[in-house]
Amino acid sequence: MSAISSLSWRRNEGAELIVRGARVLDPRAGIDGIRDIVIRQGEIIELAEPGSAGADGLESVDAEGMFALPAFFDPHVHLRVPGHEHKEDLETGTRAAGAGGFCGVLAMPNTEPPVDGAPAVQALRRQAEREASVPVGFFASITRAIAGDELTEMAELREAGAVGFSDDGWPLRSARVLRRALQYQRLVGGVVALHEEDPELSGDGAMHEGPVSAALGLAGIPSVSESTMIARDAALAAYEEARVHVLHLSARESVEAVARAKEAGARITAEVTPHHLTMTDEAVRGLDARFKMNPPLRSEEDRLALIEGLRAGVIDCVATDHAPHASDEKEVPFEEAAMGVTGLETAFPVLYTDLVIPGVLDLELLVERMTAGAAAFGFDVPTVEPGSEANVVLIDPEAEWEAGTEGWESRSENSCFAGHRLRGRVLMTVAAGQVAYRQRSFAMGVAA
Amino acid sequence: MRHLLAVEHMERADIERIMERAESFAEVGRRDIKKVPTLRGRTIVNLFFESSTRTSSSFELAAKRLSADVVSIRSAGSSVDKGESLKDTVATLSAYDPAAIVIRSPHAGAAELVTRWTDASVINAGDGKHEHPSQALLDVYTLRRRLGSLEGKRIWIVGDVLHSRVARSNVLAFGAMGAEVTVCGPPTLIPRGIETLGCRVSYTLGELGEADVIYALRMQRERMGESFVPSIREYATHYQIDSRRLSPRQLLMHPGPVNRGVELAPDVIDSPHSLIAEQVESGLVVRMAILYELLAGAERPGGARRRPEDVPELSPIGEPA
Repeated sequence: MSAISSLSWRRNEGAELIVRGARVLDPRAGIDGIRDIVIRQGEIIELAEPGSAGADGLESVDAEGMFALPAFFDPHVHLRVPGHEHKEDLETGTRAAGAGGFCGVLAMPNTEPPVDGAPAVQALRRQAEREASVPVGFFASITRAIAGDELTEMAELREAGAVGFSDDGWPLRSARVLRRALQYQRLVGGVVALHEEDPELSGDGAMHEGPVSAALGLAGIPSVSESTMIARDAALAAYEEARVHVLHLSARESVEAVARAKEAGARITAEVTPHHLTMTDEAVRGLDARFKMNPPLRSEEDRLALIEGLRAGVIDCVATDHAPHASDEKEVPFEEAAMGVTGLETAFPVLYTDLVIPGVLDLELLVERMTAGAAAFGFDVPTVEPGSEANVVLIDPEAEWEAGTEGWESRSENSCFAGHRLRGRVLMTVAAGQVAYRQRSFAMGVAA
Repeated sequence: MRHLLAVEHMERADIERIMERAESFAEVGRRDIKKVPTLRGRTIVNLFFESSTRTSSSFELAAKRLSADVVSIRSAGSSVDKGESLKDTVATLSAYDPAAIVIRSPHAGAAELVTRWTDASVINAGDGKHEHPSQALLDVYTLRRRLGSLEGKRIWIVGDVLHSRVARSNVLAFGAMGAEVTVCGPPTLIPRGIETLGCRVSYTLGELGEADVIYALRMQRERMGESFVPSIREYATHYQIDSRRLSPRQLLMHPGPVNRGVELAPDVIDSPHSLIAEQVESGLVVRMAILYELLAGAERPGGARRRPEDVPELSPIGEPA
């Protein structure tokens, strides 16, 4: 396991803070109570009884009524660098991550050009050291140019610091190529993260195949397009004893396929996005391209199976698949529109509002699943235990706000939650010991 | 109504109002001078991003019969081929202050999208495989003239339902008017979940005898290459409507253009069962009624910048009112 601080970001002074009176909750560490969190030089020194700790020289944050949680970790974002900086860059993308309460994100390599060589990884890491306010890890692609044919120089990529391998955005059509990558993984390590989709079954599909696609006359992407590939790749991973991670599960059949693979002992983890946990293909009825993403929003039955999978641990973690797009790529007919939605800034509030408040998921479980993405890729899971690097998010659980069509930290505005009333707002994020984000209106003072 | 985007958004009363208006235009059509001044001085833009003979000519003539100025733009040779986005094209055309934009697009939802970018009323003349509401309205009109009412009538829509916007609009429109609709075709060409639109599904013509009306869909030859059907020959064997399958009491419809010898046997096309020619005729008066409903109807609020100057009237030009 590596520290989150081993990722790349702009290093500054460690935070010197005392966060007073928050409900400190870290289910993995068995912590739940009103405490003062003392952070010195970016390290959590003490969880003190309220008012009992010395605060000399520390900035004091009044956090009564707030949640103080281990900050979240997102193993799946698109920061669009290099090549698509009009959608997002390392600065805006990590600002969005901080605003969402994340202390670490892993960026996908489907950029232009794709991240398929060591110099690209090195350049991105250097750029992140100048621009990123939250630690970022970079995936390299499994195949050159994400074309699905030849392996990248995986050993060199690992040495350059690639956190793992993924051709996300495109499925690996060839079982042979995937098998070679999994074999080679024994030499180089690094989790192979898979976008599971059978292009033969997806065809020119633009949304989930079901009654809504039938009514709209849109070509459908059937659930089995995803689950059959998961079954194939889980079998390959088991055979090669390889470590794989399944990106963005969307269908009930996929949850079942991952559960079977886990039962059989495969080294497999899986993630799910906030939008697949809270929305269905009914949202597509108005043909608004804000609801177009891959995999698509599926049926209510699928959504419930994803929630159950997350609860049962078949799905290990939440990932946003934050996929910014410029407005002119979305202001076109649905079939023409780019796939993808932003997600970093809404992840916690959406899941808290739609799943925790109504009693569908426990807050403890949500915190656990929003941090577990770190472990899946070999990073220390954020914790608020004394003695650890400070990765903490402060959230006002009562704050009610409306997700807008604009006003995001992200450079792009393609949120599928625009117009939703949300509860819970991130006030402050400490990532790898540094203050990465503060909400502008959040008042603070230096302790006397 | 402000726009005509989808039958899905229409109430039965909306459909009936347009039917009655179409009847009155049919009466005008029998006079020597077939033109009325209702939309004099107003502009209608036809924007067709897919080839079309029937629908585009029908809308154009309907607009001219109502004395509107008509601009027709087809994709070939237009700025659309030069990479201009739909949004920019609509913004450009909106500078002419059109009262209505009639749009056909290969993409579902295109017409609805256009409503965001213009003050004009928008008429969907076919959006991808989604809907083709004016076709459905003219089909309802054609059937009402022949049957009086669609209440309780059994209508079978036969063929490539998957790729048909006509099928989707007609399932909804026939259903709204009280008919019992069945869609029939090979399982590869029936979309999963279509029954939620309120129709039954059949994969064979076995029960076709129960139908009062048979509505055949166009079967495109390209479908064979995409493995939807093994061959056009096998398709025709199982789903072609011929005189053997058609009983004397049944009516036959088709949205055109017909593939003779594929979905319809040549001998039924011009038979007394066939309403195909009447459908084209109905298209004109129904599209006049649609334009009237959106642009001159009584309850039209705001909308395009210019309001109708004339009190709506039906008396032909040159005739004393």
